[in-house]
Amino acid sequence: MTSIDPPNAAPKPAMPAEWRDFFALTKPRVMTLVIFTGLCGLLAAPERINAFLGFAAILCIAIGAGGAAALNQWWEADIDAGMKRTSKRPLPSGRMDRTQARDFGIMLSAASVGIMGLAIGWLAAAILAVSIVYYAVLYTIWLKPRTPQNIVIGGGAGAFPPMIGWVAATGEITAMPVLLFAIIFMWTPPHFWALALFVKTDYEAVGIPMLPVVAGEQATRRQILVYAAILLPLSLAPWWIGGTGWIYGASAAVLSGLFLLLSAQVGLRRTQEGDAMRPEKRLFGFSILYLFALFAMLVVDRFALTP
Amino acid sequence: MEPRQDPPSDPQDEELRRKAIQRQRNIVLALVLAGFVALFYGITIARM
Repeated sequence: MTSIDPPNAAPKPAMPAEWRDFFALTKPRVMTLVIFTGLCGLLAAPERINAFLGFAAILCIAIGAGGAAALNQWWEADIDAGMKRTSKRPLPSGRMDRTQARDFGIMLSAASVGIMGLAIGWLAAAILAVSIVYYAVLYTIWLKPRTPQNIVIGGGAGAFPPMIGWVAATGEITAMPVLLFAIIFMWTPPHFWALALFVKTDYEAVGIPMLPVVAGEQATRRQILVYAAILLPLSLAPWWIGGTGWIYGASAAVLSGLFLLLSAQVGLRRTQEGDAMRPEKRLFGFSILYLFALFAMLVVDRFALTP
Repeated sequence: MEPRQDPPSDPQDEELRRKAIQRQRNIVLALVLAGFVALFYGITIARM
């Protein structure tokens, strides 16, 4: 398996890695959003799933996300070492051997897909497998180091969980799970570019072609505004097609309206050297709240309005 | 100013630390495996 090792593999650490390092490799903070949106997809689906099988489905989504995150860190250890935000991770800080991280990621990924297939169904398992390959290979290895559109296409990886949750409950792909996928897909670029605007120097240092680095700040600001403008009608689409009730529809209108307003503040401003980037930080913070609230309302709508 | 140098580590301390890490990993692995047994048991019952 050494033939697929990334270049510049670090020397083996003196001590064995602690279990906390393996846990950190799964990016637990990112996983919370994955679990939450997956759970919302599962709960918002029109069919009820056995509670224990539902738990198993969410566990598989979480394990799969953890495996993909481990493979991402295995590949990007050199890049992570050059960025302040990521330099304390187990691999760049030298607490773990790179091969272990790769094997751990493969093991988690395979286990999650296998258990999902056996316990829930092979359609949900196939989508989970696609999401792992999408993140670990398409985004991490191929797109991220090559194109400033990395976030746009790579954002699809994070958009899969609600679709997997929905398909786990219903066993089929309909318009609703595709719309939930599309909402996260369109939400990811403004969310991430808001972050990239105020940590731009980190990406510059390691040569990752993030949009603010390659196309400049103004182009990034315009793109944030465009994506937020598309997100407003898209977030209303589940209500428009009759997949949800008025509770979700009203919540989506308010939340997406606020998101567009904050994006406009970012999109229409020009900054000078040394700017505190407050609107960008506010947009980034709100974007996380936005996704949690939007998906929570999807579930509230389902339970409040379905007899 | 000279760069700070870590004191040479005691090989006995290192061995103790290595064993402690390994023990913790074994305990966590046992818990994870027990969790998987419970998970498969639960899945089997739920699908019956």
